[in-house]
Formats: sequence, C-alpha cells, structure tokens
Amino acid sequence: MPKGNVSIDMTPMVDMAFLLVTFFILTTQFRPDEPVSVSTPSSTSVSNPPEHGKVIITIAPDSRIFFDLDNQNFRKSLLEKMGQSYNLTFSVDEMNAFATGSSIGIPMGGMKTYLDMSPEERKKVEQPGIPVDTSQNLSNELGVWLVNARIAGNNPVILIKGDSKSNYPAVKNVFKTLADRDVLKFGLITADEAMPVEPIK
Amino acid sequence: MAELQSGGDGHKGKKRGGVRAKKMSTRIDMTPMVDLGFLLVTFFILTTTMSKPKAMQVVMPDKKVIDSTQMSKIRESEAMTILLGSNDRIFYYYGQSEPKVEVTYFTKIRKILIEKNKEVLALQQQNGWKPKTATEYNGVYIGIKPTDESKYENLVNMLDEMKIVGIKSYAIIDATPEELEMLPK
Repeated sequence: MPKGNVSIDMTPMVDMAFLLVTFFILTTQFRPDEPVSVSTPSSTSVSNPPEHGKVIITIAPDSRIFFDLDNQNFRKSLLEKMGQSYNLTFSVDEMNAFATGSSIGIPMGGMKTYLDMSPEERKKVEQPGIPVDTSQNLSNELGVWLVNARIAGNNPVILIKGDSKSNYPAVKNVFKTLADRDVLKFGLITADEAMPVEPIK
Repeated sequence: MAELQSGGDGHKGKKRGGVRAKKMSTRIDMTPMVDLGFLLVTFFILTTTMSKPKAMQVVMPDKKVIDSTQMSKIRESEAMTILLGSNDRIFYYYGQSEPKVEVTYFTKIRKILIEKNKEVLALQQQNGWKPKTATEYNGVYIGIKPTDESKYENLVNMLDEMKIVGIKSYAIIDATPEELEMLPK
C-alpha cells in the first residue's frame, strides 16, 4: 500500500441516520393549530389522558371558552347534532371544514359564516369563545356542545385545559355547566411536576 | 466512502482495443446527502415533544346527594375550610361555629395541612370515629372554596396539595356570602 487510504466507509452511519429520520418522521405528531395558546398549571399527577376519544374544554387566560372533540368522524356527527339542536343544516363542505378543524370558540349563530370561510381566513378570525350562561339552558352553548358530544363521541373522557392565569369565575361556570349535566368526574390537564422529595410523615 | 464496483467488464474493453473514454469513477459523493440526513434528524429531535400532558382526576360533589344536612354530619373538630383569595392568598379556618380566619400562602399550607390531618387522625382513632362506608379513618374533611378573585392555578395547586399530603376527603364548593364577608380585603 503506497498511501494510507483515508476515506472511511460511511455506509453504516448513513444507514443509521436515515433510520433515525424515518423513526422521527413516523412518530412525530404535529400539533394542530390551536386558536389560543394556553399554559397549563403543573401538578404531580401521573395519569395520562387517553390518546383518542376525549373532549377538551379550553379556558383561555381572558376567560374565553373553546370546545374540542378529537375524532374527525365524531366531529361530523357532532356538528350534525348541534345543527339539530339549533335548527341549522350544514352542507358537506361545512361538515368537512369542521371535521378537520381543532378547538372551536364560535357561537352557533356565527358558525355557518365561519365554516364558509377559506382556511386562511378562518385562521385570522379572532374567535369570541363559546357562550356559557349557566342560568339558561339553550343559551349555554357549552352545555349543548357537551350533551351532543357525549352522544356523538361515544362517551368521551371530559378534560378541562385551563390557563394558569384564568380567573376562577370562568372555571366555575364550566364546572357548573358540567355538574348540571351530571358530569361529576373529569380531568384537569396539567404539566408534569416532580413529587416533592422531603418526607411528609 | 461507499462505492459501487463495476466489476467484470474491465478486461473486455482492453481486448477489443477500441478507443475509449477514460473510465469514470462510479463513486458518489454522499456528503450532501448525509448533511441533509442529519439536518432532518436534528429537526425531528428538536420538534418532538417528549413530555406528554397529564390529567388530574377531579370528582365534584353531587348536589342532589350532598346538601347542607350532609355537611353538618361532619364533626366540628374534623372539618377545615380553605378559601382561595386574591393574589395567591389562602384563608382557612377550622370547624363551623365561631370561625377564626387566618391567612397563609402556598409555601406554608402543606405544613398546616399535615399537622391538622395528624391531629384529626389521632382524634378519630381515640374516639373510634369511622365513616360509614370505609373501614379506615378518613383524616381531616376539607372544603376548598375558591373565591371569584382566585386564579385557576390556585385551585389546581390546592388539589395537588391534597394529593401530596394524602388527604382523601375534600370537595370543591362555592364560598357562602357569610364567608366572603369574613375575608379581609
């Protein structure tokens, strides 16, 4: 050998790199566009919310309420049922627009106009939040959403995702709406926090 | 570098003796591809969120079952009420008659809860007070009453304290007008 060969066989490394790329591509789930960003408080709870079949009620820092059901087929029948409750009929396009969306904070009165917009326009809309009036039944739209979602979503788990800085009256209204519809067990979505190490006893 | 060998036809060409272009190297420079590969790896590693959100289970009292008569079945010495006020303040009092409201903060509440719970457990053991359904002593009964000035975070932190201290009997209840009256502004 007249000269030392300095080129290294990179094949195994390249194999490995692309294996990793494939792994990450397949496991990554992109977060859907949320209409509002919420920073949840942290707790020492360890139970994981289910991957599918859940209703998430979001409480924004400014007390607006958003509603989300996570399965596309369920969402279609949810919108249909909501239409029946409020005497509205939705076209196939509107159904699809709703099914592919995420959390919704539009009162039923403005729902058709919202769903008829283009996806770009829809992103720009400042959603006013779902009306929660605990004193009346049909104007408490969150309650109607909830009842319909429990039928459409095949008894989903109910989760509340509140912002740390949300004022309690907004939370109280959601709690009361849930209790009025006999939802007494639900989950609060929190971030991870380590259990304190100091001895408690 | 990885290389592709074009074996076999090297001799053939020479035998025929035709004029040939200089043999091209079949090696491919893989550096750009590898660069891109690692760029993608880095991107996906950074965008993947590993910590999944957790859910804290909450059970609300059923209004149809629990009313004021049920609440009064709890002995005065077993009860503690916690009111969540503005600016992360906690107001608490023991018992139901002649309440003396005291103020504290989230950094100190754990010690208070642990002590009260121990005290009530000892009292229950001493007198043999057991709840009707469970066989174990229940410890202190806590009513958590968030006021309208409190934040959602306060409630979650308080529920978390219950779990950390190991208090099993607590409920989220609305504060009464009399209680709100007692709070210092």
